[in-house]
Order: sequence, then C-alpha cells, then structure tokens
Amino acid sequence: MNPVLIRGGRVVDPSQRMDAVADVLLVDGRVARVGQGIDAPEGAETIDASGLVVTPGLVDVHVHLREPGQEHKETIRTGARAAAAGGFTTVVAMPNTDPPIDDPAAVGFVLAEGMRSGGARVFPTGCITMRQQGEQLTEFGELINAGAVAVTDDGKPVVSGGMLRMALEYALTFDLPVAVHEEDPTLARKGTMNEGIVASRLGLTGIPNAAEDVMIARDLVLAELTGARLHVQHVSTRLGVQLIREAKARGVRVTAEATPHHFTLTDAAVEAYRTDAKMNPPLRSEADRDAVRQGVRDGTLDVIATDHAPHHYDEKEQAFEDAPFGIVGLETALGLTYTELVATGLIDLPTMVERMSCAPARAMKLDGMGSLAEGSLADVTIMDVRAEWTVNPASFLSMSRNTPFTGRALRCRAVRTLVGGRTVWRETQAG
Amino acid sequence: MPQAVPSLGKDLLGLEGLTREQITGILDTAEAFKEISERPVKKVPVLRNKTIVNAFFENSTRTRISFEFAEKRLAADTVNISSTGSSVAKGETLVDTARNLEAMRIDMVVIRHGASGSAQFLADRIASSVINAGDGKHEHPTQGLLDLLTIRDHRGPLDGLHVCICGDVLHSRVARSNIHGLRKMGAQVAVCGPATLLPAQVAEMGVTVFRRIEEAIEWADVLNILRLQLERMTGGFIPSLREYNRVFGVTRARVEAAPRDILILHPGPMNRGVEIDSDVADGPHSVILQQVTNGVAVRMAVLYLLSGGQPEQAEAAKTGGAA
Repeated sequence: MNPVLIRGGRVVDPSQRMDAVADVLLVDGRVARVGQGIDAPEGAETIDASGLVVTPGLVDVHVHLREPGQEHKETIRTGARAAAAGGFTTVVAMPNTDPPIDDPAAVGFVLAEGMRSGGARVFPTGCITMRQQGEQLTEFGELINAGAVAVTDDGKPVVSGGMLRMALEYALTFDLPVAVHEEDPTLARKGTMNEGIVASRLGLTGIPNAAEDVMIARDLVLAELTGARLHVQHVSTRLGVQLIREAKARGVRVTAEATPHHFTLTDAAVEAYRTDAKMNPPLRSEADRDAVRQGVRDGTLDVIATDHAPHHYDEKEQAFEDAPFGIVGLETALGLTYTELVATGLIDLPTMVERMSCAPARAMKLDGMGSLAEGSLADVTIMDVRAEWTVNPASFLSMSRNTPFTGRALRCRAVRTLVGGRTVWRETQAG
Repeated sequence: MPQAVPSLGKDLLGLEGLTREQITGILDTAEAFKEISERPVKKVPVLRNKTIVNAFFENSTRTRISFEFAEKRLAADTVNISSTGSSVAKGETLVDTARNLEAMRIDMVVIRHGASGSAQFLADRIASSVINAGDGKHEHPTQGLLDLLTIRDHRGPLDGLHVCICGDVLHSRVARSNIHGLRKMGAQVAVCGPATLLPAQVAEMGVTVFRRIEEAIEWADVLNILRLQLERMTGGFIPSLREYNRVFGVTRARVEAAPRDILILHPGPMNRGVEIDSDVADGPHSVILQQVTNGVAVRMAVLYLLSGGQPEQAEAAKTGGAA
C-alpha cells in the first residue's frame, strides 16, 4: 500500500495534547510521523487537508449491526460502511443478534464479516450470559480469544445483582470491560417512553428515571466491590450522571456513555406518537438532557456512543406501543455532537475528539486506536467543521432510515475516513 | 339557537385539540339531535349515502352500539369490523388496516383500538374522517362530550363548576378527555385515587389532586367515577378490591355527608360495590343512564358535523335536509 500524506490540516489529537496545523504521514497502515513540512515519500498519495480538521479515527463503542438474524435492518457490511460515512473508523458491535453472540464461532463470524466490509473496523462483543437470559455466564476467555473486546447483555439488563457480581469478578481474570444496559424491568413495567407529563397526556406507559437510576447505583456499588471495569451504556438521567460522577471521584473503575439523541432531544420529541423518537432508555426531560450535556462536558460521561439501532421502515410504521425501540445514529453523530456541544460553546473541539475517539478506544482497550501518535494504527477522520448540511435519511448508507433528525440542519461532517491508511469513505461518494 | 363555530376539521381524535367554541358547537348540536331519538320513527336522512366503518379492535359493547344507533338514526350505511385483541395480534398491522380502509373509499371510520395514538395513526394515513372511539389510555372524546352534555343538562354552564374524576385515572382514556374538555369549558377539575392509579405529574394537566375520597367529595359539585379495571388487580396497583371500596369507594354515607347536592356520573360498565355502591348508582344523585342516552345524541352530532354539517343548521337538517 502506498504511503499517504495528509497535508496542512488542523491536527486535533487529545492523546498527545496536540492541536496545530501539521502534516500526518501514514505508512504501512501505521502513523509514521506527525509534524510540519513533511516531504511526501515516493509514490505517496497526498491529501490536501487545508481548512479541514484531522483527528484520530472516531470510535463508536455501541452499535447494533443486526447480523446474524435481522439482515433486513442492517448487515455488518452496510453498518460498517455507514460508520465510515459518519467518520467512524471503528465500531463495537452489540451481541443481541438472533441468535445472540454468546459463543466463539459467532464472535469469529462478526469479526470476519467486519474485515470483509470495506468500511470501519468492526469489533464484536459477546453476551455476559448465555442467550442473554441472565442465568449462566458465557465463556469469557473463549470469547476474547475469538476476538471479543467486551461483554454485554445490551438490550437487556442483568437483572440479578448476584449474577452481575459474578460477571464482574470473573471479568477481572482478563481485565475485560463489562458493559451494562441499566434498566430495572419491574420499575420500567413495559413502558414505552419517559415517565412524565408527555406520557401522561398521550396515555403511554412511562419508564421512570428510577428504573435506570437504581440499576446504575447497584452496579456502581458492585464495580466498587469487585474492582472490575464497568462501562455504563447510554446514560439518560440526571441522577445517573451524578451517581457516576461520585463513583469516579471515589476511584471506581467506571466509564460511561452519552448518546447524541439523549443530549439533543427531550421526550417532547415523542408528541404525536412519533415512533422515530421511541428509544430505550427513553428521551427524558430537559433537566436530564442538560445533565447529560454537563456530564459530557466534565468527563463524567467520557464516551459519546450512538447506540445505532436500525429498524426496517414498516416496523416503525406502527402504533407507538407496538413499534420497536431505537434510532440509527452512525451518520448523524458527528454533526449532532459538533452542532449541539461544540458550536454552542459547551465543549471545545479537542474535547469532542476525546469523547468520540480517545476515550472510547481506552474504554474498550482498543490498542493503537484513538491516537495519531507515531506507531498508532493509521485510522484517521478528516472533517470539515464548517460544513453545513441537512439530515436526509435517503442518503444514508445504513439500510435503515429510522431517525428523528430528518430535516435537521447540522454543522460538521466527515469528508474522508481512513482505516489502516486506506480511504474507506470520502465525501464525493455521498453524491 | 346554536352559533356558527369553526369546523371540526377532518377528524375527532380527542378533546385536547378542540376549542371551547368547537365543544360548545358539538354540545348544542347534540341538544338539537336529542329529539330525534324521542320520535316514533327515529330516523332522519342527514347522512344518507355516507358510508361509515365501525372498526373495533378492542371489546366494546356500549360504545359500538351507541355509535351504530347514531349512524342508523342519521341514515348512514354502516359496516362493522370487530376483532378481539389488536390487529397486530391478527397478523395484520395497523398500517395495512389503514390502507384497506382507504381502498374502500369510505367516508368515515370510527375506531376503537388498544394502542394509544392509533386513531391519530389512522387519521394521518387516510382521507376519510376518523372518529376516535377510544385509543388505549389516551382519549375517548365522545365519552368526554357526553359527560359534558350530561353535566350541562343538570348544572347549566360548566364555568367554575367543581368536577372530580375518581379512581383509575392512570389507565383511563375517559379521564383524559374529561380533563381536557372540562377545563376548556371553564370547570375546575380534580382527580382522586391512590397514587398508584394516577398518571405521573398529572397536576401539570391543570388539575387538583386529592388523595382521600372524603376530601374530594367535600370539594366537588360533580363526581365522575371511573371503573376500576379488574384486570389490573394483578399489577399490584391496589392491595384488594375490598380495601379499595373501603378507602376510595363512593358510598351512600359519603355522598350524604357531602355539603352540596352532588351529581354522580359513571362511564360504565360499573363494578357495583367496588368503586360505587349500588344505592349510589341507582340513587337520586345518579345520572348514569342519562349519560347513555346523551351518548347517542353526541355521536349523532359528531357524525353530522364531521360530514360537513353546521351547528346552526342542525334543526333544519332534522327535518330532512342532508348535511
């Protein structure tokens, strides 16, 4: 593969505290040099990045690629390509497929399909418990050997505190991140949106904040007890953010996610029974949304992740209570984060890169990613932070279109995405 | 004589979206239509050549029959679709139902469905008028209207009247329509029941919350007592029916202790001895059967207005002029 010289961009790499106009040289799939006035080696492809921002490739630790089992919604290939179009060079695939990823062969399948995708790198996770039933631990060691980077029963909580304690303790053997979907089903009571005045008016069963809060509290206690690495997924509540903040201050080994939809929307988006705003955890109140924003700002929520959840159009074309939870997010995440958090002055550009690249790579122990330090993998996102665009689901590379952001004006988009020094997406492809 | 009011538009999905003037227009029209049901020949050609589908995807006898009477008395052509369980349970999605109804080129659909928002879902997808006959836990606008009419019949204008909705407000579509309708008409509205059966942040809908039935009765001019949905008892919302009757039941002793002559409504079907005692249901304060009578008149009014009729022409329409 020919070397690639990315010339004259604003290189923002929080892993090296770098924010300067510089050149980035990629050789043999690695970052060879970052600095000023680098000469192009013979045969090198030169990319003119003047006026653009060059960052370590974005990493999304929470996506649903639906394969195996629900290939009408998304495949690993289409998901990996949608990720690349959104500026992501790496995605971590959730194991709640059909069947769930709970054995090494299934992990190997996801890994292999990801390699063939021609898009972002795809890393599998495995279930915490067999079939996500919450009763028997999966073979963590075998899953890791096959390529899993973490375990999670995402989509479902681990209802039994005793079971989660065992998972955390056993994960210590491998220092394996245990990612958790926080929801007490006895409090959620089959709710379909946030509990509050909107749900009361619409006559929909609400999911109270407490359904999430009590599980976050429990699991932080268990992480403290065991000393294991806990990763709290898609935090949506103000108390949840506060509990994590306090736990971090005590030294608990916890990382946590904010999603663009939770820091952008409130449950008002559900008015008129809009199923594209139906997600779990649900969109919450303004106070919760603001707390999630503050959590991102101060690093309590150190990771921005999409929870990309594709669904076929006719599955969302149902009465609200019958429609599935989830929205697609890979192709709107960068624009939403920049528009909602950076353009508003809440965080600066390096902090955005930290939350979308460096921290997620660390949370999932993805060595060589989330950095442009010499020797790192040549995964690079080149973005135009001045770009103004409007969300048009028809142009998504994802197979699904379920987004509540149709028609929303955003700033910033990825214009080129390189994985291992190879361009996997460039803006002209969008047409 | 009814006054000219803004059109109801294409659909009647709930009372939340109506103005005070629109509600008044419906009630006045219903008042004019009541007389039709008193005639020996209970039929006028107001909706002649109109086709109406009554699509009931959830069990309902009273509401369905009430709509059918209203349609037949206005000489509409009607077809009934009924199904226990949701259309989803049948394997057909609501959107398929909508497409099929649209393909049949009907004029109106009366829909009862277990999913909140299903009436709006249908209305957004078909050109025919949609009347919500109860969608999940959301609204039941014609029931709300007949309650308003019944209260108005007995107490005159609703402005300033104290109306308390008692019981399982959480699961009740009637309660939501009542809250919106009564407040728009100027009534003071309260709810009373155990907190387990009240919606979250219900006070933000502009209602007072009473935790004790005694306080509610002391405050109220009107009690609208909701059915305790017995199928909810396994959900742990209340400890037992006996306990509920003891703590929240509207008993004769409680009604007689009221400082005012209290009006008793109940949308039915009643659980006698649970939320309401028989001697209250059948007693002098009760207007429960009149609610049923008014239900037909209100539904006639809604059908007439949605098919293009004007409240001020209702009297003329009764004598033979089509809408």
